[in-house]
Amino acid sequence: MPTGTGELVGDAVGPLLQGLVLGTIPLTAISFVLGVALALLLALMRLSGVRTLAVTARTYVSLVRGTPLLLQLFIIFYGLPSLGVTIDPFPSAVIAFTLNVGGYASEVIRAAILAVPRGQWEAASTVGMGYTTTLRRVVLPQATRVAVPPLSNTLISLVKNTSLASTILVTELLRKAQELAAPTFEFFTLYTVAAGYYWVVCLVLSFSQAALERRFDRYVAA
Amino acid sequence: MSTDPAGAPLLSVRGLHKSFGTNHVLRGVDLDVQPGSVTVLIGPSGSGKTTALRALNALEVPESGVVRVGEVTVDYAAHPDARRLARLRAQSGMVFQGHHLFPHMSVLRNVTAGPELVQKRPRAEVEAEARVLLAQVGLADKADQHPFELSGGQQQRVGIARALAIRPRLMLFDEPTSSLDPELVGEVLQVLKQLASEGWTMVVVTHEIRFAQQVADQVLFLDGGVVLESGPPGQVLAHPRHERTQQFLRRILDPL
Repeated sequence: MPTGTGELVGDAVGPLLQGLVLGTIPLTAISFVLGVALALLLALMRLSGVRTLAVTARTYVSLVRGTPLLLQLFIIFYGLPSLGVTIDPFPSAVIAFTLNVGGYASEVIRAAILAVPRGQWEAASTVGMGYTTTLRRVVLPQATRVAVPPLSNTLISLVKNTSLASTILVTELLRKAQELAAPTFEFFTLYTVAAGYYWVVCLVLSFSQAALERRFDRYVAA
Repeated sequence: MSTDPAGAPLLSVRGLHKSFGTNHVLRGVDLDVQPGSVTVLIGPSGSGKTTALRALNALEVPESGVVRVGEVTVDYAAHPDARRLARLRAQSGMVFQGHHLFPHMSVLRNVTAGPELVQKRPRAEVEAEARVLLAQVGLADKADQHPFELSGGQQQRVGIARALAIRPRLMLFDEPTSSLDPELVGEVLQVLKQLASEGWTMVVVTHEIRFAQQVADQVLFLDGGVVLESGPPGQVLAHPRHERTQQFLRRILDPL
C-alpha cells in the first residue's frame, strides 16, 4: 500500500459522510416516500375495476420496469432540456427515483392489498364503513404487514441505485468518492470506504425491517 | 308470531333472483319477517340460503327482487347506487361464519369501530356501550385483548357484539356456529337465544335443528333457489310436507 493511505482514509471519512448524509440519504428518503405514495395510487387504480384507470396503471408499470433506470435518469436530466424543461440535478434524481419506485412498489402494494381476505372488506361494510375508511382503518394496516419485507427490498435497492445519480452531477456518496479519488488516484481506498458506507446503511435498514416485522406480527396467532 | 296478519313485517322480500355465471342460485325467494321474531333458513348446501341472507344487506347484489327493511326499500332490478345499498346495509347487523374480526384491533376497538368511525358518535359513549355489549356476550374481561388470543366461540361472540354496536333493526347470522369446534357451539347459540328473548328480530342460516326447534318463530326450507316449505318449526321440522325436506332433515339428524 502506498504511504499515507491511512491518512487519506482519515481525510476522506468526513467528506464521504457528508455525501452520504446530504446526498444519498435525503435522495433515498424523499424518493421512497413519494414513490410509495405513487405506488399506492397506481395499485388502487389497478384494483379499481375501472378499465381506463387499470390500463393506465398497467402501462405505466410496464414502461418503468421495461426500461433501464439509468436511461430514465438521463431522459429527465439530459433529455427534457431539449423540450425546454430544465431541472436541477437533485430534483431530477428525485423525480426519476420516485417514478421508478412507484412502478415497482405498486405491484408489491397491489399484492399486499389482495392478500387481505375479502371478508375484511365485507365485515367493514356491514359496520358501515365506506371505501376510504375501510382502506385506511382495516385493509392497509393489514396489507402493510404483508408489504414490509418486499418494500424493504425496494428500499435497500434504492439506497444503492441512488449512486446512479452521480452520472447527473448529484453530489451523493459515490460522486463524492470520485471527486476525492480523482486528484490522488486512490480509487481502491475511497471506493472501498464508500462501499462500506452503503453496506452499513443497508444493515441498519435490514435490522429495522426485522423490528418492524416483529411489531406487526404481534396481532397474529403464532 | 310471524304469521300475525295484523302487524306489518319489519323485513319483507319479494322475488329475489341471482345467478353466478350460468348457476341460477336464487329463483324467486319471498320472505316476511315480523318485528321481534326469529326466522331460521335451512337447506342443503347450494340451496341458496346464504346467498339469500347476503342479499338482505346487499353483500350480494341480486339481478332482481325487492328487499324492504323498515322504511328502506331496495329494488335490485332498478340498479340501485352504492349509497342506497349502504343505507339498506346499515339496517342490519351481520355475523359471519368466519367471524371476520379485525385482527389488528383490540376486542373493544372491533366493537367501537362502526359507531365511532362511521356514525361519529363520541368515543366515551361508544366505549361505555361497547363494554355493556361485551358483558352481554360474556366477554367483559376480554376488551383489551386481540382476536387471536380468543377461542373460536369467543371470537364469534365478539362478532355478535360488533354487529349489535351499530344499533341495527335486524340481526343476520350466516352459519354462526358452522366453523366452531362442537364444544364451543353451545356458548354461541346461548347468546343467540338470549338475543331472541330480548326481542331482537333475527334471520339465522344454520344447521342447528334443535336451536331452530327451540327458538324459531318460522323456519324456511330452501332448495334449488326457492323456498320449498315454510312455517312454524313444529310443522316444518316435525311434520315436513315435502319429500325433499324430509330427506334433508333425515340426513342432518342422522348422518349415518
